[in-house]
Amino acid sequence: MPGFPTLIMKLSIGMYFFNVIHRGNDMSLTRRRFLGWIGAAGAGTLLGREANAAANVHFKGYPDSFAVLHDITLCVGCRSCEAACNTVNELPAPDKPFKDLTVLDQRRRTTAKTYTVVNRFQNETGGDKPVFVKKQCNHCLEPACASACFVRAFKKSPEGAVTYDHSVCVGCRYCMVACPFEIPTYEYDQALSPRVMKCTMCHPRVINGQLPGCVEACPKEALTFGKRKDLLDLARERIRKNPARYIDHVYGETEMGGASWLYISGVPFSQIGMREDLGVTPAPELTAGALGAVPIVVGLWPVLLTGIYAITQRKEKIAAEESRQAVMEAVSRERTVSEKEMAAAIEKAQKDKEAAIKQAVKHALDDAAKKQQEVKS
Amino acid sequence: MEGGFFTLQDFMTFTKGITYILMIISLCAMVGFWLFLSERDTDQTVEEPRHHE
Amino acid sequence: MSEHTISVNKSVLTPFNLVAGVILLVGTVITVLRFTGGLAAVTNLTDDNPWGIWIGFDLLCGVALAAGGYVTSAAVYIFGLKRYHSAVRPAILTGFLGYALVVFALNYDVGRPWRLPYPFVVQQGTTSLLFEVGACVALYLTVLFIEFTPAALEWLGLKRARTLVVRLTMLLTIFGVVLSTLHQSSLGALYLIAPSKLHPLWYSGYIPVFFFVSSVIAGLSMVIFESSLSHHYFHHKMDETHLRENTGVTLGFGKAASLVLAGYFTIKVIGVSVANNWHYLTTGYGAWFLVEMLGFVALPCFLYAVGVRDKNITLIRWTSAWTVLGIVVNRLNISLIAFNWQLPSDQRYFPHWMEIMTSVFIVTIGILVFRFIVTRMPILYEHAEYK
Repeated sequence: MPGFPTLIMKLSIGMYFFNVIHRGNDMSLTRRRFLGWIGAAGAGTLLGREANAAANVHFKGYPDSFAVLHDITLCVGCRSCEAACNTVNELPAPDKPFKDLTVLDQRRRTTAKTYTVVNRFQNETGGDKPVFVKKQCNHCLEPACASACFVRAFKKSPEGAVTYDHSVCVGCRYCMVACPFEIPTYEYDQALSPRVMKCTMCHPRVINGQLPGCVEACPKEALTFGKRKDLLDLARERIRKNPARYIDHVYGETEMGGASWLYISGVPFSQIGMREDLGVTPAPELTAGALGAVPIVVGLWPVLLTGIYAITQRKEKIAAEESRQAVMEAVSRERTVSEKEMAAAIEKAQKDKEAAIKQAVKHALDDAAKKQQEVKS
Repeated sequence: MEGGFFTLQDFMTFTKGITYILMIISLCAMVGFWLFLSERDTDQTVEEPRHHE
Repeated sequence: MSEHTISVNKSVLTPFNLVAGVILLVGTVITVLRFTGGLAAVTNLTDDNPWGIWIGFDLLCGVALAAGGYVTSAAVYIFGLKRYHSAVRPAILTGFLGYALVVFALNYDVGRPWRLPYPFVVQQGTTSLLFEVGACVALYLTVLFIEFTPAALEWLGLKRARTLVVRLTMLLTIFGVVLSTLHQSSLGALYLIAPSKLHPLWYSGYIPVFFFVSSVIAGLSMVIFESSLSHHYFHHKMDETHLRENTGVTLGFGKAASLVLAGYFTIKVIGVSVANNWHYLTTGYGAWFLVEMLGFVALPCFLYAVGVRDKNITLIRWTSAWTVLGIVVNRLNISLIAFNWQLPSDQRYFPHWMEIMTSVFIVTIGILVFRFIVTRMPILYEHAEYK
C-alpha cells in the first residue's frame, strides 16, 4: 500500500489508550514494519521473535540491502553528482553553478540545500594530484539519528536507505547531535515548518528500480551501486589486486557498526576528513546501558523509598512510644513522691492540729485557774 | 526471517516499548500492593494519617 | 504569622520593576522574531552546533537547579527530617516554576513546538533517551504542580480539596523521587550517543550517575541559596517557625551538600581513571577540567565543611551560590564548551545576544511569578487555619 499510513492500531492498557499511526513511507515488500510499544498489541508476533530475542543476539542488518561503493581514487571532483543530486531531489538552485570548481577551494559540509558535497584535499602521502572525496549520509546499518529520535522519524529501510519522515518531526535536533558523521542539517530559516534535511539515498528511485542520482551521473564510475555484500567483495578485491593503489581498509564496513556507503582510498581516511576514531560500536549500544537502568530504577526505587519511609515511621513510633512511657514513668514517680509528701503533710497537719488543741486546752485550763484565783482574792 | 529483527535498533524499539508499558503497570501495581501489604497496620500506627487512605 | 512590615516602596515604579519591564518588552519582541523568522533570525545555531544555550542553560541548568523540590520533600517526608519542614514549600515552588520554565523555554528551541506531545501520542521513539527525559519531565511537572496546590488551595480557602491533596503527599513524593532520578540522569545520558563529539574528560559511561548526583548537590545548594535570598527580600513574609528552622536548614543542607560533593568528586576521579584519560589533564581542556573539579567541586565541598563546623551561616550561604555557579559551569561544559571540541574554532558556537536575552527573559518571568506567589500564598509561613 504505497504512500499510505499502513497500520493503525489501538492498544488499551487499563485506562490508557494510545492511538498510534505508523507512517512508513517505504513502498515495497510486505514485512513486519511496525514496532514500538504498540508492538505489544500484536502479541502473536512475539513468538516468532523468540530465536532472535535470545540474550546473545547479533544483528546483521537487512540481508539484501543495497549500498554504494565510493572509490575515492577514481573521483576527479567534477561535481556532476552534486548537480544530479540537486536535480533529482528538487533542491533550491545553488549560489554558484555546479560547473564552477572554485567552490572546491573551501572545505564544505552538507547543508539544508545540499545533500552531498565533494571536497578536495592535498595528497599528503606524496603525489601532486589532489584527492577528491564525496560526502553525504552514510546510511548507517544502526543509525545514530534513528536511535536518538524520540518520534521515530528516522527509519532504516530494508533497501538500505535511512529515511526521514518530516510529518512527525518535532525539530529537537537531537539527531544532529547524535550523528557521528555530522550529516543531518536543519532549515533554521523556516519559521513554521522547518525540516531536517539529508540524503535519502534516493530511496524513492531505488524502489522503482532506478539508480541514485549521484551514482547515475558519475562519469568516472567512482560510485558503484549494488548489494552491500557484493560491494564489500568488490572493494576487497580491488584492494587485493592493487595493494599499492589502496589503503587496506574499507571505510564503512565496521565504522559505528557499519554503513551502507563504503569507501576505499589511496590515502589514510583521517587525512581526507573522515574520522577513524569512531569505533565499531553501533549507536543504539551506546545508550543501551542507560536505557536498561531505567526500568530497574522504576522497579526498585519505590521499594527502597517506601522501605526507608516505613523504617523512619517505625523509628518515630518507637521513639514516641518510648517517650510516652518515660513521661508516664516520670508522672507516676512524681505521683508517689507527691503522695508521700501529702501523707507527711497530712500527718504534720494532724500533729499540728493536736498540738494546737493541746495548746488551746492548756490555755483554757490556765485561764480558768487564773480566774479562780482572781475570784478567791 | 519474516517477523524477526534485522537491526538492533528495531529490536530495541520493540523491547523498550514493552518495557515502558511494564513500567507503567508496575508503578500502579506497586501502589496497590503497598495498600494490600499495610492495610491492617492501622492498629499499630495510629497517630499519623497515611498517604493511602 | 508575623506582623506585616511593608517597607517596600508602594509605587510600582521601583528600579527592579523598571528593569524587569524592559526585559519583558525585549523578550516579547524576540519571541515575535523567533516565531516569524525561524531560529536563524535570533540564534547562532548551525548545522554543526544544533544545540545552544537554550538547551545548555535553559534545559540542563534549569532542570538541575530545580532539583531542590525532590531533594527537600524526600528529606522531610521519606527520611523523616521533620525539622526541615518549613523548607519544603519554597523548594517545591522553586522546583515547579523551574520545570514550568524549562518546558516554556523548549517551545522556543524546538522547530515545531506544537508537536511536543507527538512522542507520546503519535509515535514513540522508545530507544531515545530524549523520549525518557520528555516523559519524565512531563510527569514530574504534573507531580510538582499537585504538590504545590495545597498552598494555592489554602490561599483560595478550598479546604476539602486541600485535604485531599495533602493525603497524597507520600505517594507524590515517592513518584517525584523516582521521576527525578530518571530524568536527571537521562539528561546526562543524552550525550552517551556522541562519544566522538564530547571531550573524553567529560564523556563517560558514568555520565548519567554524574548528572544524578550533581543534581542532588544542585538541589541542596539551591535550597540554601534561595532561602538566603528570600530571607533578604521576603523577611516580612516569614513566620516564626520558618525563621527558627532556617538556621537548622542551612546547617543541615550545607552538611549534606558537603558530603555529596565529596562523593561526587570521588566518582568523577574514578571516571577519569576508568577511561584512562589522565594524559588529557595536561592539555588546555585538562586545565579547564581541573578548574571545574578543584574550583567548583573540591573547594565548595571544603568550604561547606568549614561553614558547618564553625556554624558560619554566611560562609555556607556564599558557598551555596558558588556551588550553583559550579553546576552551571558543569552543564555548560558538557553541552557547549567541551562539545564539538574537535571542530575548528571558526565553526564553534557562541550564543547570539538574542539567545542570551531570551534566557534572561525566561528567568525574569520566573522571578516575577515567584514574587507574585510568595507575597500572596502561604509559602514562607504556615496558614493560620492549617497549622
